[in-house]
Amino acid sequence: MEPTDISNPEYFHKVVDCQHACPAHTPVPEYIRLIAEEKYTEAYMINWDSNVFPGVLGRTCDRPCEPACRRGRIDGKDEEPVAICRLKRVAADNKGDVKKLMPQGPFKANGKKIALIGAGPASLTVARDLAPLGYEIHLYDEQKLGGGFMRSQIPSFRLPETVLNEEVNYILDLGIHTHFNQYVKSLKETLGKNYDAVFVGSGAPKGRDLNIPGRQEAAANIHIGINWLANVAFEHTAKIGKKVIVLGGGNTAMDCCRTSRRLGGEEVKVIVRSPFAEMKASPWEKEDAMHEDIPIIDNHVPKSFVLENGRLKGMTFEKVEAVYDKDGKRKLVPIGGEDVFFEADDVLIAVGQENSFPWIERDLGIEFDQWDMPKVDEVTFVSSNPKVFFGGDAAWGPKNVITAVAHGHQAAISIDLMCRGESLNVRPSPFVNLVSQKMGIHEWAYDSAVVNDKRYVVPQAEKKLTLSDRKKEVELGFSGITGFKEAERCLNCDIQTVFTTDKCIECDACMDVCPTACISFTENADESDLRNMLKVPATNKTQDLYVSSVLPTKRVMVKDENVCLHCGLCAERCPTSAWDMQKFFYNVTKAHTGCSSHK
Amino acid sequence: MTYIRPKFRHPELPKNELGYSVDYYEGALSTLCAGCGHDSISAGIIQAAYEMNIEPHKLAKLSGIGCSSKTPAYFLSNSHGFNSVHGRMPSVATGANLANRDLIYFGVSGDGDTASIGMGQFVHAIRRGLNMTYIVMNNGCYGLTKGQDSATADQGSKNKTGHVNLFESIDLASLAIELGATFVAQSFSGDKSQMVPLIKAAMNHPGFAFINVISPCVTFNNNMGSTKSYDYVRQHVEATATVDFVPKMKEISVEYGKGTHKQVVMHDGSVIQLHKLSEDWDPLNRQSAMNAVLNAKAKNEILTGLLYVNPDAHDLHHMIQTSDRPLNIMTKEELCPGSEILKEINEGLR
Repeated sequence: MEPTDISNPEYFHKVVDCQHACPAHTPVPEYIRLIAEEKYTEAYMINWDSNVFPGVLGRTCDRPCEPACRRGRIDGKDEEPVAICRLKRVAADNKGDVKKLMPQGPFKANGKKIALIGAGPASLTVARDLAPLGYEIHLYDEQKLGGGFMRSQIPSFRLPETVLNEEVNYILDLGIHTHFNQYVKSLKETLGKNYDAVFVGSGAPKGRDLNIPGRQEAAANIHIGINWLANVAFEHTAKIGKKVIVLGGGNTAMDCCRTSRRLGGEEVKVIVRSPFAEMKASPWEKEDAMHEDIPIIDNHVPKSFVLENGRLKGMTFEKVEAVYDKDGKRKLVPIGGEDVFFEADDVLIAVGQENSFPWIERDLGIEFDQWDMPKVDEVTFVSSNPKVFFGGDAAWGPKNVITAVAHGHQAAISIDLMCRGESLNVRPSPFVNLVSQKMGIHEWAYDSAVVNDKRYVVPQAEKKLTLSDRKKEVELGFSGITGFKEAERCLNCDIQTVFTTDKCIECDACMDVCPTACISFTENADESDLRNMLKVPATNKTQDLYVSSVLPTKRVMVKDENVCLHCGLCAERCPTSAWDMQKFFYNVTKAHTGCSSHK
Repeated sequence: MTYIRPKFRHPELPKNELGYSVDYYEGALSTLCAGCGHDSISAGIIQAAYEMNIEPHKLAKLSGIGCSSKTPAYFLSNSHGFNSVHGRMPSVATGANLANRDLIYFGVSGDGDTASIGMGQFVHAIRRGLNMTYIVMNNGCYGLTKGQDSATADQGSKNKTGHVNLFESIDLASLAIELGATFVAQSFSGDKSQMVPLIKAAMNHPGFAFINVISPCVTFNNNMGSTKSYDYVRQHVEATATVDFVPKMKEISVEYGKGTHKQVVMHDGSVIQLHKLSEDWDPLNRQSAMNAVLNAKAKNEILTGLLYVNPDAHDLHHMIQTSDRPLNIMTKEELCPGSEILKEINEGLR
């Protein structure tokens, strides 16, 4: 293999698994260390810069970082990832005055006007990134408050309104012109108002329906999940029947069933087509639903709505099993027997949601594809109309909040570049820093010891209390002390093992001391061969090999990044400092932190 | 101050025939200087014990005093250990071996502990053919007292302060051959691929097995002009052969070119495979081995690998015809059968 080019920041970035997996590339280990030091305000600001909604995401994030966390791989048994998401909440709960650390308006106007359609996380991110540069931002939403689906779809018992309002207001307070209670009916009309750019962050607002027999007749007691949740959030709906069936296996279904329990639902069931293990909902959301006495019945395909005296009585289902062909493709095959009937007073349909752009005229130069989705550039987020940008769920269908934020950052950069007449394809480099952590013998500037604690469980409020009050938050969050202990579980993967070939005397000390056998000195070979020539074969191909240039004995140093504990023992035992532990800080450049000159 | 070895090990570490992975043979985290050659030898011992499927409680590690003699703390924590008096490890090993012949005896010593204060003990242990492995971690200096020249420092070698050694060095390997050791090898701490098979073969050898391992002292003897530095050894090392040790009952499938390949079948059917690099050397012949060492020395080369082996070696127990049953499991009645038996023996001597 060729020697690893560590001057390319993407190499070390990939070693920081959590940060790499985060769509917004939040510098996770950096803020976790700050939490351990009780520097909650600083930890919050690292988050705020990257993901804009730390308090919201600390409760509701889909946490792609956690399955990626190295901690989950290091013993191959029951070791779980660091509770990254809930640590973020610790920072948000305990922070001091953060507002004075945010950009302070009023900002000197640059004469450019931008319209943002939809006040969800994508648009709000664009607003935050562009407002400090002097852009005049106009934010449109059909609802009376900002937040988009964070407000309408995430129930208050998971995300208190106060937390959402606080973080939405940090942005609106930057001098955003809000146009709430205003549904944008025509993009042509909006473009006619002389905006320099328009950002579409209108989400995927259309809940999928289920057209099976009885749907029309029983319509009064059948609700589309996301619409029903919005009605609950904006207090148009306050009650539901005693017996409720929720159809669907995603997180919306989990929110629907748990909300039903709080609005009078006594026998609430989730019924889903797929096997339990393949449901789209996050495992922890399934657990929370089951904890609230909601059974999840899997492998049942809805067949019809059953009426009695013109009113919904229940539903019939066909029992199926999942069969997989040789390519692993799943088919749900009926297992025979009679259909199953479940009683219901109300049914909530949460079987997916879709984009819908009836308000975008098709003669505006915006191309749509065969699925009626706009063609959007994956890097710049511009549509085929150079003034119209898309982001969040509006761009490529339903994802999650953190993805919407990541889109917003990139769209803001593109809008700024476009307004300054520069190429959208020259993206700003990330901010990168790499600093030695050596303080002395056995002393590092980070906590190098690896603790053995198992993952801590977030305490919850009593079920009796939470089920009786829709707004009572279920999770209580970590206390400061538990937060510290959980933070200590972080392996500090951003403290990189940096190898300098010229200094190595090949004494093997690093290879001998490494507790997880990551380091080998061997002859060089192609990657596939080299992976099998190491002390322990490197079978996890998603993890890179760090290869040195050729050493005096004609061998190379090869480090398998997979289960490195970042404990620093290699550097500790290196007599010549050929190994050093260096803190790698990588931050995606945002429009407002960019150093580009403004004309 | 954070110098703690994490408890986590690679989740895919293979296991040996006993079901142990290599970490079961580890010891405490070393407190020797960073980069010390001794740590590499410790790692080699751990690897060899793991590969040999040794039950840790069937091995006793013994040492004297010095940096080298600290190392038994850093390997085989689950084995028996005895850190004895300076230079007196062979006596303790002899006593232990006579009392319990069923254990594997693994002695670790240094150049000071062996070639100076312990020389008298060392030579007699060899003479007696004590069944043990004796490793010298040889760095040519007294590292524990800040690097004075030891008795194995080569004449003309320069130490860290610039002082040139005036005295002839003691060559431990040729001394061992001379005194009748039945397994003699030399190696270098920076070459585990050679060292590990040698340690395995030595542990399996039924007599006195001696391995002299050049082990650079990074702190006091890794300077220009030293003949025991990493750089010097790498430049002057000359191997007798590549070595592989194959325990008995395993099929040998490797094919070597004609004339260069030699198999030494040991007492128990195990095999030392040698892929010879030097033509004029016969590892079964003491004289030839002696010549090879002397020739290398004349050329300023450090000859490593297996130097000499006698596959039909016998140990001390065989020579003095002790009981096959270890003395330590005999009862008091068996060991002191009483005055009647004594009388019988005395009668037989009249």
